[in-house]
Amino acid sequence: MSERPLTIAVTALNATDNPGPGVAVARALRAEPGLCGRLVGLAYDCLDPGVYTRDLCDDVYVIPYPSQGLVALEARLREIHAATPLDVIIPNVDAELPSFIRLAEPGGLLERLGIGTFLPTAALLELRSKAKLEALGEAAAIATPRTRVIGAVEDLYTIDREVPYPFWVKGVYYGAKRARGVDEAVAAFHAMVAQWGLPVIVQAGVVGEEIDIVAVGDGAGGMIGAVPMKKTVLTDKGKAWAGITIRDPELLEIAARFFAATRWRGPCEIELLRDQDGVHQLLEVNPRFPAWCYLSAGAGQNLPAAVARLAAGRAVAPMREFTVGTMFVRIALDQISTLEELQAITTSGELHHPREGADPKEAR
Amino acid sequence: MSSTEKSEKSEKSEKRATQKLRELAISETGFVFDPYTGATFTVNAAGKVILEALRAGAGREAVAEALRGRFDVHGEDLERDVDEFFHLLRQHGLVGEETAL
Repeated sequence: MSERPLTIAVTALNATDNPGPGVAVARALRAEPGLCGRLVGLAYDCLDPGVYTRDLCDDVYVIPYPSQGLVALEARLREIHAATPLDVIIPNVDAELPSFIRLAEPGGLLERLGIGTFLPTAALLELRSKAKLEALGEAAAIATPRTRVIGAVEDLYTIDREVPYPFWVKGVYYGAKRARGVDEAVAAFHAMVAQWGLPVIVQAGVVGEEIDIVAVGDGAGGMIGAVPMKKTVLTDKGKAWAGITIRDPELLEIAARFFAATRWRGPCEIELLRDQDGVHQLLEVNPRFPAWCYLSAGAGQNLPAAVARLAAGRAVAPMREFTVGTMFVRIALDQISTLEELQAITTSGELHHPREGADPKEAR
Repeated sequence: MSSTEKSEKSEKSEKRATQKLRELAISETGFVFDPYTGATFTVNAAGKVILEALRAGAGREAVAEALRGRFDVHGEDLERDVDEFFHLLRQHGLVGEETAL
């Protein structure tokens, strides 16, 4: 029996040179036969490139930034759900996750509206924060670079006794600057505090190859699927512009240990660095799909589709096979749009793309 | 690091290198993909003969013999070229540090 097509909403349509994952998630959902009825984009900005992807999103709605608070998000989601009833939401932005996790709690708005999600808990979100990386590594038996959490600039004057130069000075949410001496460390500290606040994280500068894993945990300690990728081309921000799936059983064991230790629920990106001794050091765990997650669908494990099904309460069998050597090479394309589309999204906060061949009654 | 730890590490590296060498994808045109690291290389006909001989379990002498059988090469040039190629393979972790070549 075929499954009922779902109406699925995705966030993070900012497919810029430092792309949000929404467009990749939407592409993966579209690539899964029979899964999507309507695909709804939730955008923070009228000029987010994903707003204008006629072949991906049927409907696009502007939603309030996380800084506008939970009440504003709640009100907007009610409006959207009244206009386009949603089955599932897949949030893809770090900063919005605490809000969606709150709304997905028992008795919360999403549960009351019957909208499914497949997210970690607030406690899990905190567990993988940069400041707690070493503890997470110990719990999951994964090596981590030496990391210290700094609350005051004075700490930097003696930190090299514990973490030798060069090291990374990282913001609590985002950003990293390399410091080769105390002057650079102090400048980096102030830059991170100005942008992200305290604390600041100092992490040993390990040299090696960057490897990322996109994976989904079932929330009970098991792994739904995982696809490791070696970055082959980087942007000036260190983001993958091209990559290739690789087979190293140790990487899948690391992902499995992470899920077993944390009982992670939902998608994540595990960032590792294989050092010169061949040891995989855990650099970070991002609590959402990465922007390159369409590669998982291309390699035979459609992880966004798996999350959509799990969010809808459907069973998904664990996936282990994928095609090693599947590549992605990102491309920058100019989309053509119209003044009418810009006017619609700007003035009414919504835009609808009738699909060719779709029932005109269904098209809005 | 104690000598036991060194020896264990070296044994692990040898095993890993042997496994990697076995799993290399080598095309007819000499395009090589290492599925462990995602690295790709191109090798010429002589490089392909060396890789295939190593995968068949050949040591340094047998590799040199395989090259002599396929190409018109002799003496020190051959030995030096084989050594240089092995050095490259070591750098890419395709033969272990301690491998007696």
